[in-house]
Amino acid sequence: MTAVIEAHELRKEFTVTEKAGRFRRTRRAVAAVDGIDLAVDRGEMVGYIGPNGAGKSTTLKMMTGVLTPTGGSVSVCGLRPVADRTRLALRIGVVFGQRSQLWWDLPLRDSFELLRHVYRVPAVEHAERLRECRSLLGLDEFEATPVRQLSLGQRMRGEITAALLHRPDVLFLDEPTIGLDVVSKQAVRAFLAAIGAAGDTTLMLTTHDLADIERLCPRLVVIDHGHVVHDGSLAELHARYQSRRRVLVDLDEPIDSGERLSDIDQVRAAIVDVGPGVTVEHVSPDGRRLEFGLRDGANAGALVARIAAVASLRDLSVIEPDIEDVVARIYQD
Amino acid sequence: MADSADFVVACRVGGGGERFRPYRMVMKAQLRAQLSYRASFSIEVVGGMIMTGLDLATVLVVFNVTSVLGGFSFRDAFLMSAVANLSFAAGDQLVGSIDDMRVQIRTGQLDALLVRPLGLLRQLVSTDFELRRIGRVVQGIVVLAIAAGLAHVAWSPATLALVALTVIAGTAFFAAFLVMAGTVSFWWIDSTEFGAGFTYGGRNFTLYPMTVYGQVFRYLFAYGLGFAFVAYYPVLTLLHRPDPLGLPTWIGWLTPLVSVGVCSVAAYVWRTGVRHYRSTGS
Repeated sequence: MTAVIEAHELRKEFTVTEKAGRFRRTRRAVAAVDGIDLAVDRGEMVGYIGPNGAGKSTTLKMMTGVLTPTGGSVSVCGLRPVADRTRLALRIGVVFGQRSQLWWDLPLRDSFELLRHVYRVPAVEHAERLRECRSLLGLDEFEATPVRQLSLGQRMRGEITAALLHRPDVLFLDEPTIGLDVVSKQAVRAFLAAIGAAGDTTLMLTTHDLADIERLCPRLVVIDHGHVVHDGSLAELHARYQSRRRVLVDLDEPIDSGERLSDIDQVRAAIVDVGPGVTVEHVSPDGRRLEFGLRDGANAGALVARIAAVASLRDLSVIEPDIEDVVARIYQD
Repeated sequence: MADSADFVVACRVGGGGERFRPYRMVMKAQLRAQLSYRASFSIEVVGGMIMTGLDLATVLVVFNVTSVLGGFSFRDAFLMSAVANLSFAAGDQLVGSIDDMRVQIRTGQLDALLVRPLGLLRQLVSTDFELRRIGRVVQGIVVLAIAAGLAHVAWSPATLALVALTVIAGTAFFAAFLVMAGTVSFWWIDSTEFGAGFTYGGRNFTLYPMTVYGQVFRYLFAYGLGFAFVAYYPVLTLLHRPDPLGLPTWIGWLTPLVSVGVCSVAAYVWRTGVRHYRSTGS
C-alpha cells in the first residue's frame, strides 16, 4: 500500500532580513523545515509535535499547498500540493487553529451551506455528514448564531465540522485544542477519536497539548529545528529517552541511622541496596519526603520493601512517566 | 469518494454557469452581509460617486482656463476622460477589493482561502466583492453617454462597437493593473502607495490626451505600460483624427490586444506572487 502522505527531504527556507547598521541590511536564509522524511499510511493518526518555531505549521502548510517547498518533494493523496492545489483541496480537510474557514458575519449554518457549494457536495451527502457532526459535537445550540458571536470552543467545533463536510481522505489539524476549555477540549478529542476509529480518514495534528497525543495518536513525530528527532510510538519515545517512573515516599520520621538524614547522598548510603535502575532524585529538607526515579525494568516493590525496612512509611505513590518531561528534555537538547 | 463527487459534478455541469456557482454563492453571501448595513452602504455608494465626480470635474476646470488642451477641444478630450473613467470604475468594481489582500496576507488569513478547492484570485474577488463601488460604474456610464453626445463623432454601429470594445478591454486593462499592484504585497506588505501610483496614477493619466505630457512620462506610461490604448487612441480613431504623435488611425482598434498582453503579464506576476506567499507563524 502506498502512503497517503509522503515527504522526502522536504525543505522550506525563509529569507530573513536583519538590520546591520543604520542603512545596511543583511539577508540570510533560515531553514524552517530542514529535510523531513515522512510516510503516513491511510487511516493512521499521527501527532506532530515540537517546540514553537520547530517547523510544524510550515510542514503542514507545505502538505496542504499553502506554501511552496524550497526543496525536496511532498505528495498527499498522490497529488502535488502546490501544483494540484484545488484538486487536492477536495480530498483534504484543514483546520488551522488561528485561521477561520467560516464566514464571520453569517450564522454557522449558512457557512456550512456555503461550503457545500464550495466543495460541490451533493445535498443529501452533506446533510448526512452534518447530522453526524451535529450530534457528536453538539452543534444544535449555536448553529443559528453568527460566527463572530461564538465562543472559541464553539467556533472550533464549527471549524472541524467545516473541514469534514466533504468527507476528506486526510484531515490536517494545526493546534485544534489551543485555548479551549477542558470541556471543549474533551468534546474535540472524543470527536476526533471517533473519526479516527472509523479507520478511513488519515489524521495528522500538531499540538502543544500532549494529552491530545496520548488520547489520539498511536504514532508520534517529534521535530526540532526542522528535523525529525523521533518517529514512533509513545512507548518507544519513553524507552529511547529513558523516561522514569517516579516513586514518591512520605515517611513518619526521617531515616534514622544515628543521625537524621536529609541529604541525597546520605539517603543513598542508608538504603544501600536500592536495586538496579533506581536513583534517588530528591529529598525534602526535613528528610520526610523522598523521591526515587525508576528506569524501565526497575522493581518498585523491592525498593519499597527496602525503605520499609529502615523507616516507617506513611504514604506512597507511583507516578507514570510524563510525556511532557520527555518532550521538554528533547526541546532542551 | 472524490471520484464519485467529480462524477456528480460532471453530470450537473451544463456549461460555465455551474463552474462559477461556488463563487456566485460566496459573493451573494458577501452582498447580503454588506447590504445589512444599509445606511453605511448608501453613504459609501454616494461617496464613491462624488470622489470620482471630482476627478472628472478637474477636467472641466482645466478647460475653463484654456479652450484647447494638447490639441484637443473640450468635447473631444472629455470623451477620452469619460472612456477612461468608466473603464477604471468597472475594473475597480471587478477586482478592486484585492486591496484587502494585504490584510489577509498580514494576518495569514490567506491560508484559509488556499486550502479551498477554488482559484485564489476568484475567491478574493468574490469574497470581498464590494457592491458599493457600483456607484462609480453607474456614474461612469451616465458620463460616457453625455460625453458621447457632445463629441464630434459620427455614430454608427462600427463606432459604437469600438466604444464598447474599448470599455471592455479597458476594464480588463485596469483590472490587470489592480491585480499586479495588489500582488506586490506578497513581497512588500506595505505597498499601497507604490501600487496606487500605477492604478490610480494610471487612471488620472488617461483622463487627459497623451499630447499634454512630457516625452519621458509619455513613453513610459503611454507606450511602455500601454495606457495610451485605454482611451487616447480609440478616441482618435472615433474622431478620425491622425495621431499628432504619428501612428496610423486604425491603431485605436488594438486596445483588446494590448489588454490581453497586460492581462498575461498580470497572470504571470500573480502566479509568481502566490508562490512567494510566506504565510505567518503558527
